[in-house]
Amino acid sequence: MNRDPKTMFTETPLVRSKFRQEAAAKWIFAGMAAAMIVPLLLILGYLVERAWPSLSLGFILDVPIRGMKEGGIWPAFVGTIYLVFISLAVSAPIGILAAVYLNEYAKDNWLNRIINLAVINLAGVPSIVHALFGLGAFVYAAKFGYSIISASLTLAIMTLPVIVASTREALASVPRSFREACWNVGATRWQTIQAIVLPNSISGILTGVILQVSRAAGETAPIMFTGAVFFKAVQKGDLFPYQLHEQCMALSMHLYTISTQVPGVKESIPFATAVVLLGLVLVVNAAAITLRVWLRNRKKW
Amino acid sequence: MTVPDSKQPANFSFAVREAHRPAWAVFGERTLTGLIYLCGISAIVFVLSIFVFVFKEAAPVLFGGKFSLAQFLFSTEWYPTSEVNKRYGVLAMIVGTFSVTGVAMVIAVPFGLGAAIYISEFCGPKVKETLKIVIELLAAIPSVVWGFIGLTVMSKLIVQYTGAPVGVNILNGGIILALMSVPIIVSIGEDALKAVPDSFREAGIALGATRWQLIWRVLMPAAKNGLLAAVLLGVGRGVGETMAVLMATGHAVHIPSGILDSVRTLTANIAAELGEAPAGSDHYRVLFLTGVLLFTLTFAVNLIADLIVRGIRKK
Repeated sequence: MNRDPKTMFTETPLVRSKFRQEAAAKWIFAGMAAAMIVPLLLILGYLVERAWPSLSLGFILDVPIRGMKEGGIWPAFVGTIYLVFISLAVSAPIGILAAVYLNEYAKDNWLNRIINLAVINLAGVPSIVHALFGLGAFVYAAKFGYSIISASLTLAIMTLPVIVASTREALASVPRSFREACWNVGATRWQTIQAIVLPNSISGILTGVILQVSRAAGETAPIMFTGAVFFKAVQKGDLFPYQLHEQCMALSMHLYTISTQVPGVKESIPFATAVVLLGLVLVVNAAAITLRVWLRNRKKW
Repeated sequence: MTVPDSKQPANFSFAVREAHRPAWAVFGERTLTGLIYLCGISAIVFVLSIFVFVFKEAAPVLFGGKFSLAQFLFSTEWYPTSEVNKRYGVLAMIVGTFSVTGVAMVIAVPFGLGAAIYISEFCGPKVKETLKIVIELLAAIPSVVWGFIGLTVMSKLIVQYTGAPVGVNILNGGIILALMSVPIIVSIGEDALKAVPDSFREAGIALGATRWQLIWRVLMPAAKNGLLAAVLLGVGRGVGETMAVLMATGHAVHIPSGILDSVRTLTANIAAELGEAPAGSDHYRVLFLTGVLLFTLTFAVNLIADLIVRGIRKK
């Protein structure tokens, strides 16, 4: 029996125009999706092409010379790593525990609705307002001065919602029956979390932590007025060039500086800096995505 | 998800636990639980302290007597470093912020929602997965890189194709902001479409509707709140974006007369001048006041978006 909808019935002009409409709609929407992605790929390709003369491992490992007009980006690269790891050390524990609270302890009452709202708002506060907060709270009120500590703490608060959101999702995906089984053998709530919930969601939590790294590495505004500096003399290849109470350079800040504030920079250097920063962020994100896909495929429940 | 209190059978479980758990373990667990509660409310503490600290720096000028809030909000005269006649009016920056965000939304809303519809309704699972990953990577590009793209690539294209005297202007900032806010619009919009029950789609198909009719007559009305929230979050992102607009919109403090004019936004103004304003000066405090204004704006936008999304969940 003929079940093909296009030939099963006699096609009237109305039906034909309906299918034409549908096909047109499909292509228009596909075009819209493509229009957001294709130009971007072209732009990224262009960035890499312009950066090509300077791109090499030596570019990352070298220090800037002649007033940042030539040379590499080593001090900025190390500075970014410093900022990312210190902010991670602060925001990961707080964020994970906050997510544990929201998912495992919180009941649906007004306090927790306010907490939810606060998390959403923390994610929505403009980065420059975070910078103002960091300046007022850490640089002046807490007397940390312009330092790596101030900048990292500002970054930590800014990236907290990233960790809270993804950790929560990871915790929520652990089936409730797992917890119930554990409670029924007499475990307390924390014992259940520690022995059952956290081990079963650790990869999801890790994804959140990785996303935090990528976010913190790319931010400029919050560190601009709290601890990042235009230039700092650093020895080539020095792994620990900064003290915690000192200011440091950072990749994002360096890109801003050499592309807007320093005249006469060798042309390919800002492009190469942008490509390195972009590459760093995209590689870290790709790692998080891979981890998530791998995790979903091997899930037992 | 909320886990209700587990009522453990108290009469025997207590006896067992007390017998086998040393005091330090019980104490440790209490401490940890306390710590978890503390971290739980930390988000509130942070949001409040952001407001308090920013407001505290701005307060002396706000309540200092010679400052008028009306002038701050409705004057276009911004002469913070003038010797004789200091003026702090941010109207031009407010207009700048909204013109750039407006242009961005004109581009990003149709394309973002179109892409969300395509991902949610038209494409197969493989394409869907790929597109979602690409969108996620798009969202990860740092704003300073977007700014750099605006400054180098986009400004050249704009000068070449529109004949504008300078390439860093509203159009440039708008396009860059549009590309930046598309990922958020797509992902929230797709969530909203996914939240429409399948029975709606089935009913539409059973009546002989094509996909397009289904989307236009059934899904869009059913998901309109979620789509609105997606747009609002896009607006929030646009208003709050700093580095990209700082680098891509030029620095002219004036009411723009066209889309090819340079403007300065509220965020860019803070970023550009905070470094030069001596700490504690009026100029410095007015910049913090601008921060309070921005905080309030984005807070309102996020609150409304959240209420709309919550409304959907209730249904």
